[in-house]
Amino acid sequence: MSDGWQALWLSAQLAAVTTLILLVISTPLAWWLANTRSALRSGVQAIVALPIVLPPTVIGFYLLVLLGPTTALGAWWVELTGSTLTFSFSGLVIASCIYSLPFAVQPLQNAFEPLGHSQVEAARTLGASKLDAFFSVVVPMSKAGFVNAAVLSFAHTIGEFGVVLMVGGNIPGETRLISIAIYDSVESLDYATAHRLSAVLLVLAFVTLVGMFLFNRRRA
Amino acid sequence: MTGPQIRIKLALPRDAFRLHVDIEIPGRGITGVFGESGSGKTSLLRCIAGLEPVRDGRIEIGGETWLDTEAGLNRPVHERPLAYVFQEPRLFPHLSVRRNLEYALKRAKPGNVSFEHVVDLLSLGKLLDRPATRLSGGEARRVAIGRALLRSPSLLLLDEPLASLDARMQKELLPYLDRLQAELTMPVIYVSHSIDEITQLADQLVVMSSGEVEANGPLQEVLLRTDINMLGGAEAGVMLNTTRDLFDDRYRLTRLSFSGGQLWVSADVSSECPRVRIRANDISLSRARPAETSILNIVPVIVEEITADGDASVLVELRAGGDHLLARITRRSLKELGIAVGDALFAQIKSVAVRNSAIPA
Repeated sequence: MSDGWQALWLSAQLAAVTTLILLVISTPLAWWLANTRSALRSGVQAIVALPIVLPPTVIGFYLLVLLGPTTALGAWWVELTGSTLTFSFSGLVIASCIYSLPFAVQPLQNAFEPLGHSQVEAARTLGASKLDAFFSVVVPMSKAGFVNAAVLSFAHTIGEFGVVLMVGGNIPGETRLISIAIYDSVESLDYATAHRLSAVLLVLAFVTLVGMFLFNRRRA
Repeated sequence: MTGPQIRIKLALPRDAFRLHVDIEIPGRGITGVFGESGSGKTSLLRCIAGLEPVRDGRIEIGGETWLDTEAGLNRPVHERPLAYVFQEPRLFPHLSVRRNLEYALKRAKPGNVSFEHVVDLLSLGKLLDRPATRLSGGEARRVAIGRALLRSPSLLLLDEPLASLDARMQKELLPYLDRLQAELTMPVIYVSHSIDEITQLADQLVVMSSGEVEANGPLQEVLLRTDINMLGGAEAGVMLNTTRDLFDDRYRLTRLSFSGGQLWVSADVSSECPRVRIRANDISLSRARPAETSILNIVPVIVEEITADGDASVLVELRAGGDHLLARITRRSLKELGIAVGDALFAQIKSVAVRNSAIPA
């Protein structure tokens, strides 16, 4: 079981790091998508949504190629750290950020869109710079969007399988995540472990989602 | 002229028209901007505030230049020391009334406006701890005005503060606007499509139509410009500054005096120096002082000018003391009475609009 707990703990770490990075990246991206009139908008929106429709193996395959030590990015990383991006925790973080991106961007974009400009304009005429207005007005008014984005990114990252299998493989303590540990147990006909780990994930996912929907309902 | 002037020069293409403004207005008092909806009033305010990108223009407020496209100068919104009360209150829904007010105070330069004074001026004391989402329309408007004042602005922009309020709430808010008029030292630009509102508050009047300025000058002078469509028709009329003489309790009438005589109004007027508005349609003329008439207000006048007004009527500009009145009479009456410029006549005033604005305790 300790192997299972290690996998669960690794998944939780990966999800936490991914969620933090995604909130930082997605906030300006979602704000831009919610407000821009640029012709690029539809294209960017489609790229953000791609991970929802593509099979995880496709994303995993491209990432495996892109992050491999023979590409510019991969070689640079090897030079910098002495190890490859593929089959490492860092590689998993990059893969998860791409895979879970729509789950952070879309709730934020949905929260920003109905705000319009009126409150920000009011803040600006009261002496707030653009950045000040964003943090003092937009962020608190979009609290639900941030909570949803964080919960969905976290939960979705915990639930990854195809992408992380292809990019990360199955190195205990480094890339062996809970979903891979379950897959492994089933492969080796260790149904008891698979049951235990699956049940833990099922309950956690259910409790998280109920919590989120309760939060949304209370605010509505 | 007192105080530095405000100069605004703008050319801005909009969807339906081209906003073209080149005006100078006094650096103190209330300037009313009057025009129909869609005449460019709100666009004008937004340009002054810096909320619209202007490619061609120059804005100088009290000796400071906020915009000069030729010199490539364009101060960002938050660096223009103005306050803007939008048509909707635009309070921050996630903050209490107190925190909404503090939002402005925190970002304002230390000025001469104190939190306590603004709270007192607009009777906000009881509302302070309420969430901004739990206010009536009139209350929210008052909080929005208070929040704007706490910015210690050197220019206050008010966009239709009474629009979208029902009659009862308008009545509730009006006394506060009167109070602002009396107490504020900063210049105010007040946009409205109601000439009644503007005549009660403004000192200067700018009339706009399809993005162009049709008139700009002291209120009483501009009101006589019957050549301007917006100021003609049923709304044609003048504003008189009066002082309150006495209240006759038996008949519940108040006597007001102005430079041309006295006026009785059927209201218990609270203001010491009320402004009254008299419409051209409410004045009739006679050669002799009318006797045995039910009309209380009869004022001797001199005919100054007669202008055509549609097919059947004319507008007669009259002088009463140092003030002017406008009367609309039929062309037939004009002919039968033989009225000509310079004649001494009597004006019978059927109705005098005076606003009674007391702030409820």
